[in-house]
Amino acid sequence: MTLRWCHVWRRNMLVWRKLMAAAILSNLADPLIMLFGLGYGLGALLPSVEGMSYIAFFAAGQLCTATMFTASFESMFSGFSRMHGQKTWDAILYAPLVIDDIVAGEIVWAASKAWLTGSTILGVAVVFGLASSPWVLLALPAAFLVGLAFSAVGLIMCVLARGWDFFSYYMTLVMTPMMMISGVFFPADQLPGPLLAVAKALPLYHGVQIVRPLVAGGPPPDLWLHAAVLLAYAAAGYALAIYFARRRFSS
Amino acid sequence: MNALSARGLRKSYGELEVVSGVDLAVAPGECFGLLGPNGAGKTTTLKLCLGLIEPGGGEIELLGEPVPRRAREARTNVGVVPQFDNLDPDFTVEENLVVYGRYFGISKEELRPRISALLEFAGLSGRGDAKITTLSGGMKRRLTLARALVNNPQLVFMDEPTTGLDPQARHLIWERLRRLTQEGKTLVLTTHFMEEAERLCHRLAIMDRGRIIAQGTPRALIAEHIEPQVLEVHGTGGEGWMQAWMERAKTLAPRVERVGDTVYCYGEHVEPLLRSLSSFPDLSYLHRPASLEDVFLKLTGRDLRD
Repeated sequence: MTLRWCHVWRRNMLVWRKLMAAAILSNLADPLIMLFGLGYGLGALLPSVEGMSYIAFFAAGQLCTATMFTASFESMFSGFSRMHGQKTWDAILYAPLVIDDIVAGEIVWAASKAWLTGSTILGVAVVFGLASSPWVLLALPAAFLVGLAFSAVGLIMCVLARGWDFFSYYMTLVMTPMMMISGVFFPADQLPGPLLAVAKALPLYHGVQIVRPLVAGGPPPDLWLHAAVLLAYAAAGYALAIYFARRRFSS
Repeated sequence: MNALSARGLRKSYGELEVVSGVDLAVAPGECFGLLGPNGAGKTTTLKLCLGLIEPGGGEIELLGEPVPRRAREARTNVGVVPQFDNLDPDFTVEENLVVYGRYFGISKEELRPRISALLEFAGLSGRGDAKITTLSGGMKRRLTLARALVNNPQLVFMDEPTTGLDPQARHLIWERLRRLTQEGKTLVLTTHFMEEAERLCHRLAIMDRGRIIAQGTPRALIAEHIEPQVLEVHGTGGEGWMQAWMERAKTLAPRVERVGDTVYCYGEHVEPLLRSLSSFPDLSYLHRPASLEDVFLKLTGRDLRD
């Protein structure tokens, strides 16, 4: 294991730093507007959900969803722009780096950016009194794990893509339905059995299952199981992204 | 030991073999040109030598390292100027050099003393803070060349370094490439500008359909493959005139070929041909020494390759 991927991470971070204001705004404004709009608006009509106010319940789900979106957009759209549009990856490959270094750097970078989104939403939730127990600090590493899982899967899409349209399939057919069945807006338990089973096979559900109890102020049940599923997605995604990236670049 | 050597290099994409048994040897300090029409396999050969793609067969050694097995290590001492610039559009001129240096493990502090020299080399002194989008095509090309030198490489690969540049920009690049050769760097470049190859390259190989079909110094290739004098004749006097003169030319020159409404005559002495032209006032002509382009066209044919 080498640290050559750090150069790729750092390159992306330096570009991000230049365009930071716009990047942060676009990653945070949407989820926060949703959080307060739906949380207070819809929440006013609802009794407490799972012993929490609706907005606190939704905040946990929204933290994971926004992290998922930031990770996926960065690894798919920004990654594809660097790989395909700007040919930045080609330039890096003339140097003593290999495609595996780039894949690792891109995944960790997208996860870092996603973590920033997740942790800012967490900060906002704490400031608004939606979470107050020290347990909530564990949501910080959890957000990074969610970011890693979706960055890795997003990067598979990136290295498989032949054009921009390709990502629409993943977003419409995978991400949007996943968001609906993963317990973000309402408890997943009320889903019909088969749908719940699908949700449990996907990473977002497990992120929510970790973060929501932490926001409520206690240890998450089955923490290691949920973390293991997220880690498995990250690891498998990383391996597959490397496989497809090698195939794309070395043929 | 050679700076670069390849034996029996092969590469196929599906059914199509784009590199079919290429042998190359480039000595240290040499400027070596790879010439060929579009689709001849030049870029693929460069990528194989850099270890960026897996060969279907053959052996490569780059700066003493076996490629692709230790290509990454070899690339530590190699620079690359790709066919299409891929500078980082989000960074300034100087940032492009600094970020690229880091890929080679060179810190900003280590690179700083060399940045002004690199900018001078690129003809971009004082433009370190300029955005990439404000640079002209020639400036981008020169910056790409400077970027390829951040690691002070022993060998630089260049894929069509002057394609798309105006004559001023091209001459400046040529001057810089000569400077690199004088500094002892090994250059491997692909081009389809014969003039460029003739001026810069110590030795060159002509490639077509995945094979090397001729190799040598520019002078030797001309001497070996083509008659020294060329007479190009074209006219507006009508088909009859041209046909009549051509019949006569064939008795006076060893090789005569017609392309469109131009007749090319190749020979040791073209004076008899010139005299014969005096009775065909409607034909105009150009008398010139044979060039590498004539060799190239003779060996690769005149058909379009796109």
